[in-house]
Amino acid sequence: MLNLNNLDELPLHIVLVGNPNTGKTTLFNTLTGQNQKVSNLPGTTIEEKKGFFDYDGVHVNITDLPGTYSLYPNGEDEQITTQFLLQHSDNKIDAIVFVADASNLERNLLLYTQIADLGVPTIIALNMLDVLEQKHIAIDLGKLSVELQALISPINARNGNGIKQLKNTILKTKLAVQRNFFSPTEEQKKLIALQTTEETDYTRWHIIFNQFKYNKIEGEARQQFEAIVPFSDKIIAEETSKRFSIIHPIVEKVTLKNTAKEKTLTQKIDAILLHPVWGFLIFFTTLFLIFQSIFRLAEIPKGWIEDLFSWVTVILKNNLTDNTFSQLLCDGILPGLAGVMVFLPQIIILFFILALLEDSGYMTRVSFITDRLMRKFGLNGKSVIPLIGSMACAIPSIMATRNIENKKDRLITILVTPLMSCSARLPVYTLLAGLLFIEQNNAIIDLRGLLILGMYIIGFVVALLFAFLFKLILKQKQRSFFVLELPDYRLPKWKNISITLKLKIKDFVFNAGKIILIVSVILWFLASHGPAKKFEAINQKYTNYTLADRALKIQSERLEASYAGSLGKTIEPAIKPLGYDWKIGIALITSFAAREVFVGTVATIYSVGNADDESAITATLSKQTNGETGEKTYTIAVVLSLLMFYAFAMQCISTMAVTYRETKSIKWPIIQFLYMSGFAYLLSFIVYQLFK
Amino acid sequence: MTAADLKKGERAIITEVIYCDLQCKLLEMGCYCGKDIEMLYKAPFGDPIAFDIDGYTLGLRKEEALKLIVELK
Repeated sequence: MLNLNNLDELPLHIVLVGNPNTGKTTLFNTLTGQNQKVSNLPGTTIEEKKGFFDYDGVHVNITDLPGTYSLYPNGEDEQITTQFLLQHSDNKIDAIVFVADASNLERNLLLYTQIADLGVPTIIALNMLDVLEQKHIAIDLGKLSVELQALISPINARNGNGIKQLKNTILKTKLAVQRNFFSPTEEQKKLIALQTTEETDYTRWHIIFNQFKYNKIEGEARQQFEAIVPFSDKIIAEETSKRFSIIHPIVEKVTLKNTAKEKTLTQKIDAILLHPVWGFLIFFTTLFLIFQSIFRLAEIPKGWIEDLFSWVTVILKNNLTDNTFSQLLCDGILPGLAGVMVFLPQIIILFFILALLEDSGYMTRVSFITDRLMRKFGLNGKSVIPLIGSMACAIPSIMATRNIENKKDRLITILVTPLMSCSARLPVYTLLAGLLFIEQNNAIIDLRGLLILGMYIIGFVVALLFAFLFKLILKQKQRSFFVLELPDYRLPKWKNISITLKLKIKDFVFNAGKIILIVSVILWFLASHGPAKKFEAINQKYTNYTLADRALKIQSERLEASYAGSLGKTIEPAIKPLGYDWKIGIALITSFAAREVFVGTVATIYSVGNADDESAITATLSKQTNGETGEKTYTIAVVLSLLMFYAFAMQCISTMAVTYRETKSIKWPIIQFLYMSGFAYLLSFIVYQLFK
Repeated sequence: MTAADLKKGERAIITEVIYCDLQCKLLEMGCYCGKDIEMLYKAPFGDPIAFDIDGYTLGLRKEEALKLIVELK
């Protein structure tokens, strides 16, 4: 087993492998602390987590691979683990640390025996022995080590017990050799003989199997292969059964079970949380609380951030000479940065709650009780949380779809998530609702509030309808299944949550943030620059007005003369059927940075002095008339049409950037843009024509 | 009978895993012949169903539970 030759002092590369829910991530966090980095594996959305620690003068690099139940992959992330392990010499793996859940030993050992047969030095980090104790079960570790002929290091990843011994063992694992559990059949060996690599038989078998499964062997060669071993799931089933026939007796031999079966704590909690009535009630209460905290709680720090940025802007404006650079800084870059930062409170709160639910084990229960309903619409139990979250903001929600294994289900969730009314639509809804019910503000029920609630409901219904449509249209290679382990409840671990939060925030600020900033600067340029002649003429025109009045008038006429203004006039013919004029057109264009920009833009267009004063904007808007016909600009038909447009059009460049990042294809943000905006246009057109 | 027919709290032994494209997945999750299984809970509308498989909880859709032939203990 162990060959105690001289240990060299070169850096080691170890990988963490194990079933999901075995505490693998906790162990990774405990081993590496802050020394970790998450990056997407090339060409995939799967995260690769890398970290390192130094121990006894040796530098140890660690890769944390996605949790899997078997080397025969079922989902994209499991495939990554298998590929990574099969290319162990390319990836320079010195040793594998196999993280096993002691309270679930038999199922965990299936993957262990597969890993062991790959021939890479492997050590078992046996976690959750405390859970085992609670279940009144004992494992004879010495016996287990002898039976498996493996190095076993008992650990408690949560409190750090046994980590030092594990590190000691890791430095020696390079020399560990383990027993063989399964040898390929005679037929399989014939195939393997065609491979000339210096791997174990089992590794070579997996390499061939993978090539075959992902159609890398074609034509005659494929037929030749199939003549020797007919490839089907049966081969895997037979192998799995054989492995369990070895594992089962070993586990029986080394465990001491208390036969008296009593309900575990998890089962007691589940009796309530999965109850047909109470379960749903608790779920809806949880949703309500999530919604409330994203909505209300985030408003406070959001206000601070806005205040901070306007404070800095005012100071800079007062102290810098007015030139293109200071304008770029104060009107382009700073508002752009603010646009990135104001999303942070919502992102932090949403991800904090999601991490809390995930870490405690409740998330899988939510998927469990909602799966039936969501399945009907081409979604999945795991789509619920992103959909709810996007009532605050679609950006963190799209990022949160990563735990949906089924590709199609995940894609549909990403595509329909932005249809839910997010918090950026709220200022627009509020303004428009104020225009609709201008005289009814004193009614007992606030009609504006009712209208806004209605908009949220419509958003949800339309999201489900489009999910259903996509379910019919999109092709599915992968079968949708729901074989889901419901892990034991655990107290959330703050260290895990804080590390997750930190990584998500960094991810958002540096990736999505970059794009938001760039677009904001472009919009600033378009709205503040235009043909020089026109601008000069405006300055001339107002030389005789009082200072304050002039500033406002000039601002509004400049906007008209700017590139954005000409764009608004250019698109006027296209938006006329919806009841909009070129001024609304400008607002539509600037709303592309973020929907709430609508309010600020109309304030600028109609020269309303204070954009923060909503009633002033409402009053001004309700007085606007069409220059040619003398009719009111904001009739009921126009307002309703605008409501529909803002509810469904894809006007959020940040969301599209995130969709691109998560799907790794420019195709999906384009489709998202086209179907949402097309639908919004159609609906606004119908509404306007009906109420005109 | 199949695992989908088990009533709450009933314990059984898996006697066969019907061949299907999920057979491997079910085996890998520990649902092999001879294994003890207990029905724990049903989600609203009776689907999916949660089982106790030798100490851990596994959620299966009804169509998936139909693939597990069981014998009452």
